[in-house]
Amino acid sequence: MPTYNLNINGQAHTVSADSDTPLLWVLRDNLNLVGTKYGCGIAQCGACTIHLDGDAMRSCAITVAAAVDREVTTIEGLHEAAKHPLQDAWREHDVPQCGYCQAGQIMNAAALLDQVKNPSDQEIDDAMNGNICRCATYTRIKTAIKTAAKNM
Amino acid sequence: MKSNLNKGRRNFIKVSATAGGGMLIGFNFLRCTSDKMPKEVAAAMRAIPDNWYNFDAYIKIGETGLVTIMSANPEIGQNVKTSMPMIVAEELDVNWHDVVVEQAPLNTEWYTRQVAGGSQSIRQGWETLRKAGAVARKMLVETAAEKWEVDASTCSVENGVVKSEDGLTIEYGALAADASLRELPDTENIELKNPKDFSIIGTSRKNVDLENIITGKPLFGIDFTREGMQYAVVMRPPGFGKILSAFDDREARKINGVNDVIRFGDKVAVLADNTWAAMKGQAALIATWQQKEKAEDTAYHSKTLIDHLQKKTETPLREDGDIEKAFDEADRVMERIFEAPFLPHSCMEPMNFFAHVTDEKVEMVGPIQTPQWTENRIAELLGRDKEEITIEMTRMGGGFGRRLYGDFALEAAEISSISKKPIKVIFSREDDMLAGTYRPASAYRFKVGIKDDKITAYHLTEAFYNGSMFGNMHSNFPCGAIENYRVDSHNIKSNITTGAWRAPYANFLAFAEQAFMDELAESLNQDPVQFRLDLLQQAKINPVGDPYNYEVEKFEGVIKLAAEKANWSENNKKHYGFSTYYSHNSYVAEIAELELDENVPVVKKVICAVDCGIVVNPLAALNQIEGGIIDGIGHALYGDFKFEDGRAQSDNYDAYRLIRMSEAPEIEVHFVESDNDPTGLGEPTLPPAGGALANALYSATGQRLYKQPFVLSEGLLG
Repeated sequence: MPTYNLNINGQAHTVSADSDTPLLWVLRDNLNLVGTKYGCGIAQCGACTIHLDGDAMRSCAITVAAAVDREVTTIEGLHEAAKHPLQDAWREHDVPQCGYCQAGQIMNAAALLDQVKNPSDQEIDDAMNGNICRCATYTRIKTAIKTAAKNM
Repeated sequence: MKSNLNKGRRNFIKVSATAGGGMLIGFNFLRCTSDKMPKEVAAAMRAIPDNWYNFDAYIKIGETGLVTIMSANPEIGQNVKTSMPMIVAEELDVNWHDVVVEQAPLNTEWYTRQVAGGSQSIRQGWETLRKAGAVARKMLVETAAEKWEVDASTCSVENGVVKSEDGLTIEYGALAADASLRELPDTENIELKNPKDFSIIGTSRKNVDLENIITGKPLFGIDFTREGMQYAVVMRPPGFGKILSAFDDREARKINGVNDVIRFGDKVAVLADNTWAAMKGQAALIATWQQKEKAEDTAYHSKTLIDHLQKKTETPLREDGDIEKAFDEADRVMERIFEAPFLPHSCMEPMNFFAHVTDEKVEMVGPIQTPQWTENRIAELLGRDKEEITIEMTRMGGGFGRRLYGDFALEAAEISSISKKPIKVIFSREDDMLAGTYRPASAYRFKVGIKDDKITAYHLTEAFYNGSMFGNMHSNFPCGAIENYRVDSHNIKSNITTGAWRAPYANFLAFAEQAFMDELAESLNQDPVQFRLDLLQQAKINPVGDPYNYEVEKFEGVIKLAAEKANWSENNKKHYGFSTYYSHNSYVAEIAELELDENVPVVKKVICAVDCGIVVNPLAALNQIEGGIIDGIGHALYGDFKFEDGRAQSDNYDAYRLIRMSEAPEIEVHFVESDNDPTGLGEPTLPPAGGALANALYSATGQRLYKQPFVLSEGLLG
């Protein structure tokens, strides 16, 4: 089995995995970073969203090989003290119901707010439409994104 | 409800940091607030104690005054993990900031009804939880009173501090050791607070797991790990009615990380060191199947359901008067048929469970809505005593009824028993969507006789796979308001496995009924809201037959509140749709507002009125209410699930559509003020949503809808 040098949340890791292993499963099974979730495996639900060099990506759709020499950020490393404006906004609006999709929602929204300072409703919808929330906390997610945008 | 409050008494137990697997399944050191706390509150937060003193099955208090409240019920996102401990904390009279919540495992001696289902957790737990708090409070107060040599009745409590009339004070932490040794007071007659004095119940409190969720901590069954664990991904029959003839695992075994392949019944499990290897192994299995039972398809389902609707049954669920006579004498008869597909539950966390079966014990960990029922079945499956079985409940990434059935836990137990290894079964999304236990397909026929512009006969016929409407649903509104009334139900067998899906029966019947009522009101030239109110008054003044299954005043309350807030009398001509339903003990009325965006109707807003008695946690209640409405709208619009050759034709989200953020309407919620004991919210706002939407769509487009999903109706939506 080949080994790969990865940079996850600023830390170097060497993992041993088959070359076709999605980054999602390396994060979860090799590195015990289980904040990134499995929901569909085909980039349709967004639960596995991470940042690759700052861009939101579905980690189920990237192989471990594609993550080498790139900066990977997961929910665990989004903010050192867990005080990213989105995390604070999530606290303020008590967003989650079951909570399973929420890390992916936050990671996707974080990438949006990095690129768009004050997103409109349409821009939020377009950016977030790839993230399913089965419990339908959509209205709270949107409210939290707008709150966070003010504090970025 | 049985109360086991005197169980769980031990003098003290030591702090335990984590349960197995490195997961904080049990003790959560985080306090029950997670926002920026005022400095003086943060500074005053209590330290983690060295010792815990048990008061009853729900409460442990440490010498520092920190309080652990056990949450006994499974958590599927309905937030009982916050609301139920709030009820205990209220009667205990502690500051919510001093409370930590721990998920209790299955414990049939200490707790009754550790179930997530039917929107019953708070309703059925209300009295027991209040008593649990009150009982401990009494023990603490009596201990203080003894120390001071005063009458306990002269003492008061505020924020976990007992006060004497003279101004002496002792904190709960200082009293806990002695107080926990007292005889448990009589719970039958224990004094409970007047709701006027509530300072926790009725206030908005944040989700106790909020911090863990937003920082990606291991919380869900799928996150659970154990040293030496094997991941098991299972090949199941590719269609209902099929059995396994033979399989070839040579390619599967060649995959790196795959360690074993085990057949059990008609299924084959691939065991591997990691999830990806197990998934690849499963995909590499080659199997031949035999069609043992009928391979059903959607055309067959539809025809069968519709055919049954024309027949009566031998034993109607309810019959008042003589509908046939009334139909004969009617000026006109109106008949409509509504049809619903099977639906998967689509929990975001796919099914999974951990099992470790050894000679000594059977250890189970995972997401389950019915741990006790599951324990019984595991005992039966493995031939073990229940005393040897433990079940730890993890947080669940959605339930919606799917995790009532525990089939996934039984698989894990069986594979672990055969392999003699700790096993975690994981379903891929495809496994999950194809595995069954669906919301059954159904059809309803409404037939109404009208004479002199009055409804004289009402005949509801249900055709339902693997079930019939349950409890007193046959006596739901408008039963009691109509002289000749009959409900027939055909329970038709299907080999497609089915189960309860959020608001069973009501999740489609409510749409059918409320859409039909809208059409009926229109044909009688009546306003839809007034139409319901008139029928309700008839049921009240001149009730027909056996008692009906609703309270007129409560229905009127939500209908009038919703109509008022939506300004119905002004607006009802313009793209508004009304619907009202009573289910799971709560009353709901909804008014949906549509906009036409270049001739495509868009759901803009839903105004909702709810009567659920006392609202325990408004912040959490709103989340459930909004979620239920959007869930109802989403599945009514998009939920399309077909079968061919006994196999579902959708196996992932590229072939199955769930509602997305851009499609979710704004929701405005109004509660009917009430002092009644609380009733549930997990399900009640879903049933009326489809009807409100359908009626609004009619208002906007002139098209009536009789089938779900709405998007497949010709010429309606894009």
